[in-house]
Amino acid sequence: MFEITHKEELCPTIFLMKVKAPYVARSAKPGQFFILRVYEKGERIPLTIADYDDEEITMVFQTVGLTTYLLSYKEPHDTIYDIVGPLGTPSEIHKYESGSVVLVGGGVGIAPIYPILRGFKEAKNKVITILGARNKNLLFWEDRFSKISDEVLITTDDGSYGKKGFVTDALKELIDRGEKIAQVTAIGPPIMMKNVAELTRPYRIKTIVSLNSIMVDGTGMCGVCRVEVGNETKLTCQDGPEFDGHLVNFDLLFERLRMYKSEEQLAMNFLEEKRRLLYGHKS
Amino acid sequence: MAINPKKTPMREQDPKERIKNFDEVPFGYTEEEAILEAERCLQCKIPKCIEGCPVNVDIPGFIKAIKERDFDRAIKIMKSTNSLPAITGRVCPQETQCEEKCVLGKKYEPVAIGRLERFIADWDAKRGMVIPEIKEKYDIKVAVVGAGPAGLTCAADLAKFGYDVTIFESLHAPGGVLIYGIPEFRLPKSIVHREVEYVKKLGVKIVTNVVVGRTFTLKDLFNEGYKAIFLGTGAGAPQFMNIPGENLLGILSANEYLTRINLMKAYKFPEYDTPVKKGKIVAVIGAGNVAMDAARSALRMGAERVIVVYRRTEKEMPARVEEYHHAIEEGVEFLWLTCPTRYFGDENGWVKEMEVIKNELGEPDESGRRRPVPIKGSEYRIKVDTVIVAIGTVPNPLVARTSGLKTGKHGVVLADENGRTSLEGVWAGGDIVTGAATVILAMGAGKKAAQDMDRYLKEKYIYKKEFAWASI
Ligand SMILES: Cc1cc2nc3c(=O)[nH]c(=O)nc-3n(C[C@H](O)[C@H](O)[C@H](O)COP(=O)(O)OP(=O)(O)OC[C@H]3O[C@@H](n4cnc5c(N)ncnc54)[C@H](O)[C@@H]3O)c2cc1C
Ligand SMILES: Cc1cc2nc3c(=O)[nH]c(=O)nc-3n(C[C@H](O)[C@H](O)[C@H](O)COP(=O)(O)OP(=O)(O)OC[C@H]3O[C@@H](n4cnc5c(N)ncnc54)[C@H](O)[C@@H]3O)c2cc1C
Ligand code: SF4
Ligand code: FES
Repeated sequence: MFEITHKEELCPTIFLMKVKAPYVARSAKPGQFFILRVYEKGERIPLTIADYDDEEITMVFQTVGLTTYLLSYKEPHDTIYDIVGPLGTPSEIHKYESGSVVLVGGGVGIAPIYPILRGFKEAKNKVITILGARNKNLLFWEDRFSKISDEVLITTDDGSYGKKGFVTDALKELIDRGEKIAQVTAIGPPIMMKNVAELTRPYRIKTIVSLNSIMVDGTGMCGVCRVEVGNETKLTCQDGPEFDGHLVNFDLLFERLRMYKSEEQLAMNFLEEKRRLLYGHKS
Repeated sequence: MAINPKKTPMREQDPKERIKNFDEVPFGYTEEEAILEAERCLQCKIPKCIEGCPVNVDIPGFIKAIKERDFDRAIKIMKSTNSLPAITGRVCPQETQCEEKCVLGKKYEPVAIGRLERFIADWDAKRGMVIPEIKEKYDIKVAVVGAGPAGLTCAADLAKFGYDVTIFESLHAPGGVLIYGIPEFRLPKSIVHREVEYVKKLGVKIVTNVVVGRTFTLKDLFNEGYKAIFLGTGAGAPQFMNIPGENLLGILSANEYLTRINLMKAYKFPEYDTPVKKGKIVAVIGAGNVAMDAARSALRMGAERVIVVYRRTEKEMPARVEEYHHAIEEGVEFLWLTCPTRYFGDENGWVKEMEVIKNELGEPDESGRRRPVPIKGSEYRIKVDTVIVAIGTVPNPLVARTSGLKTGKHGVVLADENGRTSLEGVWAGGDIVTGAATVILAMGAGKKAAQDMDRYLKEKYIYKKEFAWASI
């Protein structure tokens, strides 16, 4: 049992939670994730470690289906049934002499780029952040990123804040103005990561993406998280989650993310029942 | 008295009924049936059956005790060499071990040693298991990585020797393959829980949700004060065939399929949140125990047709005979001498057909079995909507990669006959050393390693201390 110590609604549908998980926190490195189970009959889902100190990890998640909704109903002092991690290969972080590092975060993907950004900054790189959201309400952590980044660019799909457009538009501007870019790391919806990779491809800018495949164990045992990278099959949980964006077969990723769509929809029909079962005393 | 040529039959669930549930298939012997079967044993002077048993259970000894209705003595004899008889009695391939060697088998059916083993273990559980008294306790911490049969056995023995043992397990539940792989209808999870409780009662601590190699490295464990480490992390990484179309939707590893069903209880979805694909026409590739378990699970999940596709013949099939017969009774179809070559998907990326090629048997290969040779031009297609790949597993490279352990072919950890690895203070045993094998071999390896670890720890920490004290 892992105690929740803090909870915040960063913006509609996106929550931040801090949880006491010392084993995970002490070994965590940028780019890694953990797997949780909300309650005994719950599904195992992966979430990125968005921050950590000696005792606690921070997660930021979006409510999309049964598990993330059930999780969002939890309050400080409640507990999470299981947490296992850190999982995945950490981000490769070093000092680039050849140019700056650009970190691109879209939607809930803004959170996981934060520890990676911090890592690159600590390694003394010039770091530029591009944050994108559908609208102003869905944007979070601008202040956190501003403190560390050499520059922050913001885009919203509807133009309600920052520049109107997509993160790729901001990245294109950077490239066009002649910014020397050594590496781009993009995390967000798969389609966003694909578009970032397509944009940088002709410029041969090293582009890292973090894939969000469906997972069960997260340690290399079940094979459900397999993806194709450079025509080879890889396991996201073990070889990734970060891969060279120019080599990833994104179309396969899109397909594989739909694998359990009908079951996920069916499970959502039971949300209220399960909520009552779990939190009956509260709501 | 004339010997009954046949084993005393064990009653089972009717195949028509049992494919609708996940309840255990055989019911086990009553006391009367067990005694009747025990009476068939000749009590050989040179009991061949023992030679066939990887841990050398005193088989005539425990059978004689059953015959005399001294069940307490029977379980004591059993437990002196085999600490998980309720499990081995259900899953050991007896027909290629003890029962194959039984002299009765030359003329008649051999003694049903496995069924008797299961009987005595269940009798013991019903009366409440007796926990042995641990005489000496040392203040020495030992870590066991992985809570499968190898790790549980090693931990139990180390605890009995008096050490302070902690098991670290990466999944949220201990048991290894017994909990995530072998289905409920073959090995009820309540039995695994019972055995795990027994190990805990010996004083072993079990910490779940710890991935060694990620949460802690071996070095971290030594730094935390563990004086010796046993690695029993199994061979859990699935293999695929790397043929075109294998990443299509609906093609999954047997590990994924069985883990969803067993560990995550997907057969109770949506009561439990984890789903699993319910195929209508399911092909299972491979013909080992894993394949049988996947095929029979698919039937229970409501498949209309389940086809096992195997590249050799029935004769070379590695599955336990009992499970193969169960699968046939339940309606699983078998395609021998057949191998998939590619998969075809529909417009949404779901598998809809597989192409297979016919084989013939050629010269024996290094395993001594005749090699399957594809027959040119014999390809044809089969309609499928789900494919479960059960062609074997290899050790997960994580621990070796993060610790510098020496490994061999297919990533198995190199260890000597006592389980000592290339790193001082680190032992390994079970599937991680042998590659995918059996429960009893994993237990045997755990036991052997525990004895050697005991010798090592005594020499290094206990005797030394006594000498130091004596020299004052
Ligand atoms: C390594 C890794 C790190 C992740 N980190 C985060 C994180 O920090 N924050 C966060 O909010 N999410 C993260 N995810 C995604 C998260 O795991 C899924 O959103 C979650 O599993 C959904 O579970 P659910 O039961 O609530 O919804 P489900 O019922 O499983 O899904 C509901 C809907 O969401 C879609 N969906 C399911 N899984 C994903 C996915 N992986 N990506 C995109 N859409 C999906 C489905 O198609 C479905 O329509 C991460 C995934 C991976 C693999
Ligand atoms: C579906 C199936 C059916 C089978 N049927 C039979 C049968 O009928 N009869 C028979 O004799 N054998 C059978 N086998 C084989 C048998 O189950 C194995 O040989 C046996 O379980 C091996 O035991 P083990 O302890 O070495 O490994 P495992 O049982 O694999 O246990 C290893 C444990 O280590 C954990 N682990 C792995 N990596 C780490 C890590 N880095 N940190 C912490 N923990 C870790 C795993 O989660 C697991 O719990 C079957 C196997 C399968 C998959
Ligand atoms: S070989 Fe068969 S008959 Fe002889 S002691 Fe063993 S079980 Fe009994
Ligand atoms: S999640 Fe099971 S192998 Fe990656």
